[in-house]
Amino acid sequence: MSSKSRQFTALSRLLHWTMAAMVLTMLCIGVTMVVSLANYHVLVSIHRPLGIAILILVVVRFVNRLWNPPPPFPATMSRAEGLAATASELTMYGLMFALPLVGWGMLSAAHYPIVVYGSLQLPFILPHNVMLYAALRKAHTFLAYFFFLMFIAHFGAILFHTLIVRDGILKRMAPWNIRQ
Amino acid sequence: MSNGLKPAEAEQPHRGKASTLTRFALIGVALAAVVGTFAYFGGWFTPNDLTPARFTDAFEHVDGAHSGVRRNHAKGVGVSGFFESNGNGVRLSKALVFQAGRVSVIGRFSLSGGQPYVADMPDTVRGLALQFSLPDGELWRTAMINLPVVPVSTPEAFYEQLIASKPDPSTGKPDPAKMKAFLARHPETVQALRVIKSQAVSSGFDNSTFHSLNAFRFINSAGDFIPVRWLMTPMQPFEAASTASAPQDKNYLFDALIAQIHRQPLRWHLMVIIGQPGDPTNDATIAWPEGREKVDVGTLTLDRVESDETSAATDINFDPLVLPAGIAPSDDPLLSARSAVYSQSFTRRAGETKQPSAITPADVRKGE
Repeated sequence: MSSKSRQFTALSRLLHWTMAAMVLTMLCIGVTMVVSLANYHVLVSIHRPLGIAILILVVVRFVNRLWNPPPPFPATMSRAEGLAATASELTMYGLMFALPLVGWGMLSAAHYPIVVYGSLQLPFILPHNVMLYAALRKAHTFLAYFFFLMFIAHFGAILFHTLIVRDGILKRMAPWNIRQ
Repeated sequence: MSNGLKPAEAEQPHRGKASTLTRFALIGVALAAVVGTFAYFGGWFTPNDLTPARFTDAFEHVDGAHSGVRRNHAKGVGVSGFFESNGNGVRLSKALVFQAGRVSVIGRFSLSGGQPYVADMPDTVRGLALQFSLPDGELWRTAMINLPVVPVSTPEAFYEQLIASKPDPSTGKPDPAKMKAFLARHPETVQALRVIKSQAVSSGFDNSTFHSLNAFRFINSAGDFIPVRWLMTPMQPFEAASTASAPQDKNYLFDALIAQIHRQPLRWHLMVIIGQPGDPTNDATIAWPEGREKVDVGTLTLDRVESDETSAATDINFDPLVLPAGIAPSDDPLLSARSAVYSQSFTRRAGETKQPSAITPADVRKGE
């Protein structure tokens, strides 16, 4: 990548879109399974390993971000807007890390086995304590709704820049290569 | 375009006000669509659907919400011991629990209903929930009761029956008219109750047979799927429950269990019933025909009893879908619903203040 590139690296873009799909799927499964009787078990069985996959990928993604810093924001954005955008991105990184970790922790505190596949399961990372489970269970829901709000803000901001300001901000993250 | 990031304003100086408004409207529609989809998945547009929360509310509606205890099977004691597999189950399931050898077990005897201080009665449904700890760290949980079949086949019918069974405040008993109306709508329940009533109730927990009720699937090392149900048949001799007037001791079933375990360990055979093609796996109201192959896969020994106040079983959700590799759910719709509602009940009680158990640690020490 040249230092003047206006686009994220191909790896960064791949991680972004893959994780976007995973996170949106995860949020939808989460909000569906808690009100479902018939599909509860199937959805939980997807929710847990998918959460683990997100936890692993977000670590890869964070390292990648340090390695490949993002391209500059378009000139239409003020310094304050740039700072706000960066802060929201880092918040979402934090949520992608915290949500699966809180999920893992709460299942550990309740001693629910976390099956990855077949007989492979994750170790418990917290002692068996139902009060701790109850607190983490609430935190999990709170963080998930907060993540959904962050996504709405992110999506809205991109739409605003794309349709109103029309500064082509989406090209930074376009899945295809943009000629510079 | 040579520079993808150049503001579009310069290129389109004639863009009108109307066009901008349309674009804002478009953004609004897109965001509303996302929020709407999320709300749809979360059931916000279908508030009358039966959810785990509404189900758990129904238990609280019927028996009251008792802080810190299970919303069903509220009264109970913890037990522990071990399961000794004889290896006969290996051909049926690759689950490690069936390989010859011993695994530790923790469990809980209980009475159905959400009242933690209810008086023991001979015909109250008895429960035995178990957790097997497999050598590789896997867990197998099963929550069984002493009925041969479940009176209902769907979560919706279970909910209806629960609501119909709410005691009338004036009589202290369910309204017979409501129960009659429920039974009129559910012939399968009438049939199941006939099967249940045809079996004599035993005198205590120790000589009760406990049934898995729902069907499951065993998967063996060849990859075969085998429809199964299981039951725990007692090695303690059967004795019919007394038909005399109501017992004086409010906790007579639990007190007897405690005394028996202190005298000698209690034992059950774990029997696996093999389903044949055509045996219903999605209808827990129907018993499989007599004469199906039953395999004795090992012996459960329970040699320790504890109050709910001190037992580790208290903090376990005996979710019937906590299964090791080699055991999988069947297509019975009750299974996923049980898992969902147990989880809801567990989450509620986990965060509540705990209260003393009906069977105290002192009660359990009697006769030690």
